[in-house]
Amino acid sequence: MEQFQLQGKAVRRAGGTRRQALTGVNASGNLEILVERVLADHECMVEVTTAVAGFRGTWDAVAQDFFTRASPGGLRFSINDGGARPDTVMLRLLQSVRLMEREP
Amino acid sequence: MRSGKFCVGSEKPDRRSRYRSTRDDTQSGAREEGGTNRDPAPFSGPSLIMNGWNRQKQDRDARLGAAATSASRKIVAADQAKALLEAVIRPGDRVCLEGDNQKQADFLAECLAAVDPQRIHDLHIVQSGLVLQAHIDLFEKGIARKLDFSYSGPQGAAIARALTGGRIELGAIHTYIELFARYFVDLTPHVALIAAVEADHAGNLYTGPNTEDTPTIVEATAFKSGIVIAQVNRIVDTLPRVDIPGDRVDFVIQVDRPFYVEPLFTRDPAAITETQILMAMMAIKGIYAEYGVTRLNHGIGFPTAAIELLLPTYGETLGLKGRIATHWALNPHPTLIPAIESGWVQQVHCFGSEVGMDNYMSARPDVFFTGHDGTLRSNRLLCQTAGLYACDMFIGSTLQVDLMGNSSTVTTGRIAGFGGAPNMGSDARGRRHPSPAWLKAGREAVDEPTTLTRGRKLVVQILETFGDKMTPNFVETLDAVAMAKDLHFELAPVMIYGDDVTHIVTEEGIANLLLCRGPGEREQAIRGVAGYTEVGRGRDPVAAEDLRRRGIIRRPEDLGIDLLAVSRQLLAARSIEDLARWSGGLYRPPSRFRNW
Repeated sequence: MEQFQLQGKAVRRAGGTRRQALTGVNASGNLEILVERVLADHECMVEVTTAVAGFRGTWDAVAQDFFTRASPGGLRFSINDGGARPDTVMLRLLQSVRLMEREP
Repeated sequence: MRSGKFCVGSEKPDRRSRYRSTRDDTQSGAREEGGTNRDPAPFSGPSLIMNGWNRQKQDRDARLGAAATSASRKIVAADQAKALLEAVIRPGDRVCLEGDNQKQADFLAECLAAVDPQRIHDLHIVQSGLVLQAHIDLFEKGIARKLDFSYSGPQGAAIARALTGGRIELGAIHTYIELFARYFVDLTPHVALIAAVEADHAGNLYTGPNTEDTPTIVEATAFKSGIVIAQVNRIVDTLPRVDIPGDRVDFVIQVDRPFYVEPLFTRDPAAITETQILMAMMAIKGIYAEYGVTRLNHGIGFPTAAIELLLPTYGETLGLKGRIATHWALNPHPTLIPAIESGWVQQVHCFGSEVGMDNYMSARPDVFFTGHDGTLRSNRLLCQTAGLYACDMFIGSTLQVDLMGNSSTVTTGRIAGFGGAPNMGSDARGRRHPSPAWLKAGREAVDEPTTLTRGRKLVVQILETFGDKMTPNFVETLDAVAMAKDLHFELAPVMIYGDDVTHIVTEEGIANLLLCRGPGEREQAIRGVAGYTEVGRGRDPVAAEDLRRRGIIRRPEDLGIDLLAVSRQLLAARSIEDLARWSGGLYRPPSRFRNW
């Protein structure tokens, strides 16, 4: 198991008021992400737990792109990757931000 | 005056040619059997030439005579099959063992692999698919040496090994229609070994829904003095319909097991991922709707299966019913059932059949081509022709795409062949009929449309940026290039050439290559949808954003696709069982796809 944190800056605070959300189904080849609104307005972070070592650079690129694309200020994302590929990770991250924007 | 001139002028060359012709005969010797004593004057030599005009018929008669010892009639017992093959096949013959990506003359393949290699050797195999173990055995045992084929699928690795080991001398890897064409020019079979469902006592054949390659193979062989041998599941008094007339069939062998058919086009909806659904939504909205594509062909991958299953749901919400995907050149994909049942599909012509779909198609003759007996009639050559000339779009998956958009399914150590994709996935330069989709694509490909602007077929590659085990699907150089070098191929096996590809769809977006001007833009457009592969991360972000502003790259958000809507709930069927239910129980999935 490899575990690491990827920090980023966001231009603005993520929309909505929801405190937390969960997407995906773990252990189904379908990435699971827990989102919590616990950081300062311009901070964001992705915390990764992965069984597949050696893709730190790819994860970093995915996370930085995601921060730029979605501007998820204030959100911390905990990923239990289940061996997911970058495309699934990005899709789930973007979906989880959209979930946080919705009314609870 | 004119004729006089002609006579005078023709005398000298005449003498020269006579001299040359004599010398040539002496040198080549074997060309004219036993005729070298006589002066072969070109204008007075019909008697000599005619000697050689029916040699193929004589050869055929000799083979049939040799077969008479093992087969006194058209119907041959299964235990005499090997003896029959040894009697009618000669070393060095071109042999077509019917088999493609679906049906297989598997019994005859096993018989041929069991003949005595001392008697029959160095055969030149000219067939669509090299997919059975017996096909490989032919080369391992030295029964066959040369190979011209189209598709190998499961035997891709074995073929690569046999090539490396020097046991296969490869002619070329073809697309189906291209190999069929060569049957009539320079690869005409001496012997064809085919498969049918039923025969009558006169040798008429009923191929059932899996007609596929049979008429083409028989046409080329029977009308060029070749010998046609059919394996059949049953011999009956009266056939449901005649697919092959009996006077084109020399021998019929009843085999106690049905010929094998591979359910290659069955995709289990349960295995479709949300990434594939996202790609499917982008394709429907960004390409099908945009160009108004009504006539098309789909590949066999999961992303296109997802598209089929999204038509009655997502497509319906976009109001596209009747405006896209109405006429198809397509195998009977089970995943098309919901779209058919929802009234989306007007017509489907099939290359072959698909295991379990026969009853369903018989019950939908308004959609499928069926005989008066009620069962499907498929035909690979004609359907490939339909895919080439009468479809406005081909969309399919691939395993590798390079920076210019060339694609290949060859990966290190595997030669999977082409099948039909390069044919349908190419612009038909001989096409002359217009359609809105074709004209729009053609206009996009040039800067200033003129009155002579020609159309373009839409050739779409739809693929995820990464494959299994995080293998990048986008690469700087195709594996096919290295393989061609290792095996000394004159031609690297490219599935679809970049200059035919008009769009690439990945989970990151759509790249419209028609709108690109120059190789630089093209490369950045491809990198711009290549995700987190090295190719994707090597993009120039400024150039990619510029291409996006110009609509050459389009992201899901540019297409107005809500990512939260991307869900398996959108699939009209989420399991094989759902498909069977949609069909009202008419679709009978093969057991390997049943889990209920």
